[in-house]
Amino acid sequence: MKIVREALAGTLESSDLMVRIAPRDDELEIVLQSEVIQQFGAQIEAVVRDTLAKLGIFAGLIVIEDKGALDCVVRARLQTAVQRGVDAWTADWSALS
Amino acid sequence: MNASITARFAAAEIAGLQGFSGVTASAPYLGSRQEKYGRKVANSLEDAIRASGLKSGMTISFHHGFREGDKTINLVVGRLAEMGFRDLTLAPSSLLACNFPLIEHIKSGVIRRIYTSGMRGKLADAISHGLMEEPIHIHSHGGRVHLMDRGELAVDVAFLGVSTADEFGNANAVSGRSRCGSLGYAMVDASRAKTVVLLAEELVPYPNMPASIRQDQVDLIVKVSEIGDPAKISIGAARMTSNPRELLIAKLAADVMEHAGYFEDGFSMQTGTGGSATATARYLEQKMRKKGIKAGFALGGITGSIVELHRKGLVGRILDTQSFDAVAADSLATSPEHWEISTNFYANLTSKAAAVDRVDMVILSALEIDLDFNVNVITGSNGVMLGASGGHSDTAAGANLAIVVGPLIRSRIPTVVKRCTTIVTPGETIGAVVTDHGIAVNPNRPEVAARLTAAGLPVIPIDDLYAQAVSLTGEPRPVEFLDKVVGVIRYRDGSVIDVVRQAAG
Amino acid sequence: MSAPLKLRRSMLFLPGSNAAMLSTAYVFKPDCIMFDLEDAVSLREKDSARLLVFHTLKLPVYSRVETVVRINSLSTPFGLTDLEAVVRAGVDVVRLPKTDTADDVHALEAEVERIETDCGRAVGSTKLMAAIESAAGVVNALAIATASKRMIGIALAGFDYVMDMQTERGDGSELFYARCAVLHAARYAKIDAFDVVFSDVNDDAGFLKEVELIKRLGFNGKSLINPRQIDLLHNAFAPTEEEVDYARRVVQAAETAESKGLGVISLGGKMIDAPIVAHARLVIARANASGLRT
Repeated sequence: MKIVREALAGTLESSDLMVRIAPRDDELEIVLQSEVIQQFGAQIEAVVRDTLAKLGIFAGLIVIEDKGALDCVVRARLQTAVQRGVDAWTADWSALS
Repeated sequence: MNASITARFAAAEIAGLQGFSGVTASAPYLGSRQEKYGRKVANSLEDAIRASGLKSGMTISFHHGFREGDKTINLVVGRLAEMGFRDLTLAPSSLLACNFPLIEHIKSGVIRRIYTSGMRGKLADAISHGLMEEPIHIHSHGGRVHLMDRGELAVDVAFLGVSTADEFGNANAVSGRSRCGSLGYAMVDASRAKTVVLLAEELVPYPNMPASIRQDQVDLIVKVSEIGDPAKISIGAARMTSNPRELLIAKLAADVMEHAGYFEDGFSMQTGTGGSATATARYLEQKMRKKGIKAGFALGGITGSIVELHRKGLVGRILDTQSFDAVAADSLATSPEHWEISTNFYANLTSKAAAVDRVDMVILSALEIDLDFNVNVITGSNGVMLGASGGHSDTAAGANLAIVVGPLIRSRIPTVVKRCTTIVTPGETIGAVVTDHGIAVNPNRPEVAARLTAAGLPVIPIDDLYAQAVSLTGEPRPVEFLDKVVGVIRYRDGSVIDVVRQAAG
Repeated sequence: MSAPLKLRRSMLFLPGSNAAMLSTAYVFKPDCIMFDLEDAVSLREKDSARLLVFHTLKLPVYSRVETVVRINSLSTPFGLTDLEAVVRAGVDVVRLPKTDTADDVHALEAEVERIETDCGRAVGSTKLMAAIESAAGVVNALAIATASKRMIGIALAGFDYVMDMQTERGDGSELFYARCAVLHAARYAKIDAFDVVFSDVNDDAGFLKEVELIKRLGFNGKSLINPRQIDLLHNAFAPTEEEVDYARRVVQAAETAESKGLGVISLGGKMIDAPIVAHARLVIARANASGLRT
């Protein structure tokens, strides 16, 4: 799949995050802001990369504003943003786990 | 001059003593009625400052009874800066977010050192990031008095905001316009500072009673337009809650109070001011009624929910060091069994007696509590100072059972951690921690654990609480700090229990 | 000793789009947690709520409480994808909204079975419940309740129902027939029956009055929208100490009679019938599962 348009998912409420994605030709750029970046920044980034890889997304601008969301919320919001921003959503359910 | 008296002394010639030389010789103000009555009243804050004898390098103090509504500290320090004072030691009972203008005065060298119970907001952020050359000293409410009494914290001039004073200096904050209620912090400064300056919002006829601060303690009085905004006292710390998670914790905390072994007629308690702590008082009402018992007294920072129990006859007496809302301030003014106490009476371990030693159960908050039950109430998850020591370590040490309450997780930040970022209260003084995921009892209180378990409460090892937390959040990385020490945490006996280093982020 | 009674007194509604609530709600320990993908989620957020619930269901903490998901009706563009997500995520119970006929349940069951097979989940492990929200649903309650072996309960949903009946919520008399019909269908089918939500979360007295009524009618429990109502509800459903004492004496007398081979059970000079013994056993089971009323 390929990100073809800008898309948004999530909220800026506590325990949630806002994900903005935009098309990029051939690189993956992740911009992460988080209230808990000191303790969990590395873990959030790992979750983001893993989630994107499973979806076969290897290019795009991913901007995340995190308000202390748990990993499962990070995955859900990111997958939603991708679902909204790709040309055709073809992901298998097993790729979402 | 009465010539016959002078002659008598001259005749007797008693060695080493001075002869009488007139009624006004030592009390010149008795010479005029205006002087006699008004000699302590300064025309302006500048006049009062000049008359106080304050010099650069000295120590000044304040009370923080108005908390976020305080208008005295910023006013006075601003004026001191204009007047050219430098290198002062600032020793308020605490600082809050509203005190951010102090940042400029620290940068410009007006303030060199700080002693305080805590800090919030931009000021705390700046100091955490290395604003000051010398680290600030964080003390408990009782510890502040102890540091004064042993001489380390010698206050030269105390500037104390009061809502009413008479021209002799009898003052309180239960009458007049801007009432913060108890002057428990200020009473300590009034009795210990070399010079006491009152900033009074209203001058009232003599004698102004009750006199929380007395005429025999006060040097100068100056009228100011406003000392603080009582509506902002409860911002940030004390609030009522309808949050179901806080209510759940409050209910569990009340269950712990009921079954821990101290819930007998005449018991005593301190419930503090967090959302859960305040709600605990409400749940206690049903339990007291059901068992047909009453509390002998409630202590410390007083909120409307404690006053409500008092009005219903379920709390006999209130000993109030800080009134956290208008309901508490009004009750202090009107209820004959609602008493104002100083922090020396309240919590100083070298006071001739501290009320915290008479408390059965205290409810306390925590930013972090670790596997040894040590508690952090100062530094946040990013290593920045944002809280206050307050009466935490004082009451934990004195009470028969100290109960820490809080959610297991705040957004993604676990409250139960392996190691506290900063230790304010040693774990040996904490009896139990109550979270929305269950209750952990300190292994040094097996009898409490047994009673709570017998009552069917969800008691689990603190390691299990920690495991539950990280199963949801993941293992947090320790906060990174630079080397420079920006804060020294003083235990209530003056010893250093921890230091805070400069925040990296 | 028989297995502990499965209580379904409280079914806590959570909007499927609220991240903060989803990750903390289990601490309130309702008997069932119901994630809502239907009315509590706006059309724009159907996709995000679905994925949020999909991931939340997999949190280990939710393995300790019965999970229910209210999916969108299969006639909407969202219903089938909702079902794919939640069956694969391991939900305990799928709640079908606006159920009018047994065929609605049959259609749901067929899809559930297909997904179970597809994802390797044991066929039959996904339980079902139906919400009855219309006159048609009430009239067909018995057929709906008995439509599938997967059914664990039926719930009355008040707002749509009263609209369909051209009336509005009032003192409860407007729900009288529907409550009785749903309850009889559930009892006939030997499944659970759930009453409507009580929406004024600040009116504890009104809530308890309604709870007293539906408990007396025989409902197993109620849908809830605020966690604060859970304790009130559980306590109202808990037997009193006197009730349990009496029940124990009844069971004791029954066991004594049985051991002596007596056909007649008596307690304090009064004859005890078999239904009374059965009820006493239920009271004790409830007390064991819920504790006593405080």
